[in-house]
Amino acid sequence: MTRSEHRLAAAFLLVAFVSLFGGALTGLFQALEHAGVDVHPHTPVIRSYYHSLTLHGVLNVLVWTTFFICGFVPFLTARALGRPLASAGLGWGTFWLMLGGLVLAAIPLLGNAATVMFTFYPPLKAHWAFYVGLTLVVVGTWLVLLTLVLTWRAWRAATPGARTPLAAFMALATFAMWTIASLGIAAEMLVMLIPWSLGLVAGTDPLLARVLFWFTGHPIVYFWLLPAYISWYTLVPRQAGGKLFSDPLARTSFLLFLILSTPLGFHHQYTDPGIPVGWKLVHAFLTFAVFFPSLLTFFNVVASLESGARARGGRGWFAWFAKLPWGDPSLAAQVLAMLLFTFGGVGGLINASYNLNLVVHNTAWIVGHLHLTVGTAVTLTFMGVSYWLVPHLTGHALWSRRLALWQVWLWFGGMIVFSNTLHRLGLMGMPRRTMIGAVPYMQPEWKALLPLVGLGGAVLFLSSMLFFLNLLLTWAVSRSPAGVPPEFAEALSGPDHAPAILDRWRPWIVTAFVLIAVAYGPTLLRLALTTPFNAPGFRVW
Amino acid sequence: MAERRGTTIYLYELAWILPSFAIPVGMLVALVVTAFGAGVHLPGNEGRVDPTKVAESALFKTPGVVEIAPGQYEVRMTAQIWSFAPNEIRVPAGSTVHFWATSKDVVHGFLIPKHIVNLMLLPGQVAHAQVRFDTPGEYPIICHEYCGIAHHTMAGKVIVEARR
Repeated sequence: MTRSEHRLAAAFLLVAFVSLFGGALTGLFQALEHAGVDVHPHTPVIRSYYHSLTLHGVLNVLVWTTFFICGFVPFLTARALGRPLASAGLGWGTFWLMLGGLVLAAIPLLGNAATVMFTFYPPLKAHWAFYVGLTLVVVGTWLVLLTLVLTWRAWRAATPGARTPLAAFMALATFAMWTIASLGIAAEMLVMLIPWSLGLVAGTDPLLARVLFWFTGHPIVYFWLLPAYISWYTLVPRQAGGKLFSDPLARTSFLLFLILSTPLGFHHQYTDPGIPVGWKLVHAFLTFAVFFPSLLTFFNVVASLESGARARGGRGWFAWFAKLPWGDPSLAAQVLAMLLFTFGGVGGLINASYNLNLVVHNTAWIVGHLHLTVGTAVTLTFMGVSYWLVPHLTGHALWSRRLALWQVWLWFGGMIVFSNTLHRLGLMGMPRRTMIGAVPYMQPEWKALLPLVGLGGAVLFLSSMLFFLNLLLTWAVSRSPAGVPPEFAEALSGPDHAPAILDRWRPWIVTAFVLIAVAYGPTLLRLALTTPFNAPGFRVW
Repeated sequence: MAERRGTTIYLYELAWILPSFAIPVGMLVALVVTAFGAGVHLPGNEGRVDPTKVAESALFKTPGVVEIAPGQYEVRMTAQIWSFAPNEIRVPAGSTVHFWATSKDVVHGFLIPKHIVNLMLLPGQVAHAQVRFDTPGEYPIICHEYCGIAHHTMAGKVIVEARR
């Protein structure tokens, strides 16, 4: 590990934190709007509720996650392999490309010329710079895969015959999965949205665009989640004072994510016309299949936590849970993230259920769900990682452990109120992505619950500000040297127990493509051959 | 000793893997049974309509409500920024309503809470849903997809009248 890896990771993290700040601020505005206090007319820059909502979605789910991951995952890979990244030039080139793309997209975004939500469904038509900028960010993520592969091959040449260390294996699986999955959005951007927004073609097609979007749009949640899993599998057991329960089971679950993450996007389109019902059912089946590696992860991670708690004197079936080192904010954040993610997983099964989906699709329920998954499982885990990574990168000890613990618990409590309320409102039929304080169809039962959205959102905002304050003071004020970053956990059942097939890539990648061809091939082929591309664009915000 | 520990871990793994497999399979069975047994309808492939010529198409030339058989109503509806046409539908209690709808401009949504009508209205695509209204009352039709600056004002209603 050289200084260059540290600086590169720090650069990515800095962009991620700035994005999260903007996302948190706009999030507060939306929560207050739902509670009856609309501050949007009094803010600079932000022109409307929907402008604010687009900023919130793009900054939080697209930028914060992606930049954090592209900083954290290569950093961890270099540590796991015990060698520098293959090319510092490639690493920095990737960073500047992604930052350039982000700035390009940010100009129309901030200027209200791309108020199309983070899903940018055409025929809402944003400024071309928005599409081109986001595409450059995606291309940057492919270059991160290239960095990981080159680094791994250099390690392999130097260490023939050794098992790939778990963290590096997981990093490669994550980025391989993502690169395959991102082909959908790349096609949507390059073939449809960019030529259309530049005026090179007159029309577009909403259905084909949505199919390509959700080809990437579901697996992108695994792209956010798997780096959190990497921390849960390879670092958290050690932080808890224990060992990873099973290394082979961990590898198995990541390979299953590699092959199963993509061929199931129709479960976001159950209510779309134009896709045969039979194919929707096939995607429902595959969505349930991807629940299997999630359950494997649940077992493995909880068993690892238990081994730590028992080593610290924990007893009983459940009482051991209290013996985890709760005084460590990095561990507390990630264990609380796991707890809420359990409910996110159950909610996800409901969304995936073909028939139950009709009750919740595009209601506030989905917003509640997304805040448990990307807003907690991912975000609170990344916050927990930041509590050791930022001190490590700056060389300064965390400014305040107590403040960090407050922050973590406030996020947990605020999210319970916020997310639970949104789930309930969704079941009552309240739509998502709607300026609910101004609707003509307000229901009394919604009105009674909406103040809780404002309360939960305000607590979450407070928590995020404490997070930024602590990191800022760590960098600027704290002068005691940083502690040692967490080491990788040993495994109770180590990599030697894993069958050799788990260390090969080609069979799994081929399987991934075959499943995608089966699940998406016929529909994509039919749409590609029959779509007339006759829908004109609209700028109606 | 090391070998025994390995075996124990293997047994624990197995004790979790089997239910992890069985739980999703059980849920799938429940899903298929309800999908086909309970008559839940998802929209399928109902054909296309040119989004720039919706008003000239056979299906959407005259949006409105038509009684096609006793207790059976057909609603042909267009969605456009920021309204539904027709935006008020009156039917007697106990009616089954067949909705045929599309969008003339951007993507819209179509949600009737508590009646499990939940559709995306895409320009270029014909969407279909059917639902029975048993209880008299007024039910909002909500556009639940962001469709521009006045999205929140886009709504209609179904008025279910008591049978005399």
